[in-house]
Amino acid sequence: MEELGKRAMAGDVRAASRLIRNMEDNMPGTEAAIKHIFPFTGKAHVIGITGSPGAGKSTLTDEMIASYRNKDKTVGVMAVDPTSPFTGGALLGDRIRMQRHAEDTGVFVRSMATRGAMGGLSKAVGDGIHVLDVMGKDVIIVETVGVGQQEVEIINHAHTIIVVLVPGMGDEVQALKAGLMEIADIFVINKADREGAARLHKETLSMLQMGKFENGWIPPIVSVESVSEPISFAQSVGVLTDKIDEHYQYLIKSNILATRSHRKATAEIYESLRAAILAPILDDLAANGELELMVQKIMKRELDPYSLAELVAEKYLISHDCLKV
Amino acid sequence: MGNKPMRVLLAKTGLDSHDRGIRLVARGLRDECGMEVIFTGLYRSLEEIVEAALQEDVDIVGLGVHTGREMELFPRLRELLDARDAQDIILIGGGVMPQMHRTSLKESGLVMEIFGPGSSVRTIAEVLRQVITAKQTGIDAL
Ligand SMILES: Nc1nc2c(ncn2[C@@H]2O[C@H](COP(=O)(O)OP(=O)(O)OP(=O)(O)O)[C@@H](O)[C@H]2O)c(=O)[nH]1
Ligand SMILES: [Mg+2]
Repeated sequence: MEELGKRAMAGDVRAASRLIRNMEDNMPGTEAAIKHIFPFTGKAHVIGITGSPGAGKSTLTDEMIASYRNKDKTVGVMAVDPTSPFTGGALLGDRIRMQRHAEDTGVFVRSMATRGAMGGLSKAVGDGIHVLDVMGKDVIIVETVGVGQQEVEIINHAHTIIVVLVPGMGDEVQALKAGLMEIADIFVINKADREGAARLHKETLSMLQMGKFENGWIPPIVSVESVSEPISFAQSVGVLTDKIDEHYQYLIKSNILATRSHRKATAEIYESLRAAILAPILDDLAANGELELMVQKIMKRELDPYSLAELVAEKYLISHDCLKV
Repeated sequence: MGNKPMRVLLAKTGLDSHDRGIRLVARGLRDECGMEVIFTGLYRSLEEIVEAALQEDVDIVGLGVHTGREMELFPRLRELLDARDAQDIILIGGGVMPQMHRTSLKESGLVMEIFGPGSSVRTIAEVLRQVITAKQTGIDAL
């Protein structure tokens, strides 16, 4: 597995994609590869792009790839789509919009399904970013649908977060609800050909005027022209990538980058502990039938969840050794 | 933990603009088989399809052909995959083609199975499941 890590670092596409797959699948031995590549990560500029379903995120990502290629930057993309909760399958449709870059060796696009619950997605995305990072991609774009908590968690992995809004979808309310307003570094008003684009721009602006921006960066609003007008579309996306770069420079200069790295490191610790400790405990409890027993007892009020947690901790976790980091 | 869905790339190449069937199959594989399905969209070159298959690390590539070019496209696709060390990626086909061509493609081992119009998604799912089980028992050399 370490071998896969080495080959991915040398730019081997097959090794990189297999490594991401093994991470998603929780293949035994994958940790070895992550351990191997981790010291070399942290070089890429990670951009998160989120917004409601069908907002035009993939179409935008495609043009952003082109824009960064014009600036001589290499690009990695992770496009996340939901897994069907009923069948465990997924239709990963983002790639269709990015196919024109398929043969450009400076571009690597990987689709990812959300799969199970329990923060596993965020971990898989984080690991995937590490792989694209050590492949040497300068810019990594992560596309997610901005609807649930999981998606907001992914934000922890990004330096610059773009929230895509579209006229006529009630986005303003939706974005507020999902807590997206707070996390955005840049707003995009997409599909300028749609009625209501100007109004949405105004509404977003007035919403921003009510906000407090402690770190000094006031999120700009970028209007992106319709994809049906290729030239002005490309131009406005050029404006967007300039703004993104400006934000990254700001992060570096103002030392906010350190704060974000701190947040990211914290999230990574949570995720790896959850995977290494909580998940095996739950698996074990489920396998030996104790989980079901606990559920029964809680339903009958013979036990409360807090005492139960103490019992579980006693069984699995109590140790008197100090942690040596 | 431990769910490992198979990944499938469905592709169309050239000027062939029939995508109703392949989109139905994509949906079916998600819903009947719990697979992760990536569709390339129409008008892709074989080189683009190979690149997508590698970047997505799929187990199976399904190519739909409605233009009568199957005897040229499948061998070429296999050749391109093999040249990239992707001998393990399985090819399946779909579309209208003469029985003689199907038999020849299958017997030469280039294509694992070819599904004509009217194949039920359930049948396709069943065959893929078998193909994959066979593959998993012989896994995993990369
Ligand atoms: N009118 C109009 N339609 C657009 C524009 N940009 C994208 N679309 C269309 O919007 C639809 C969705 O585009 P995508 O790029 O797939 O949107 P997405 O946000 O990635 O969608 P999901 O990943 O499914 O959530 C497609 O039919 C696009 O052609 C635009 O500027 N104007
Ligand atoms: Mg998309």
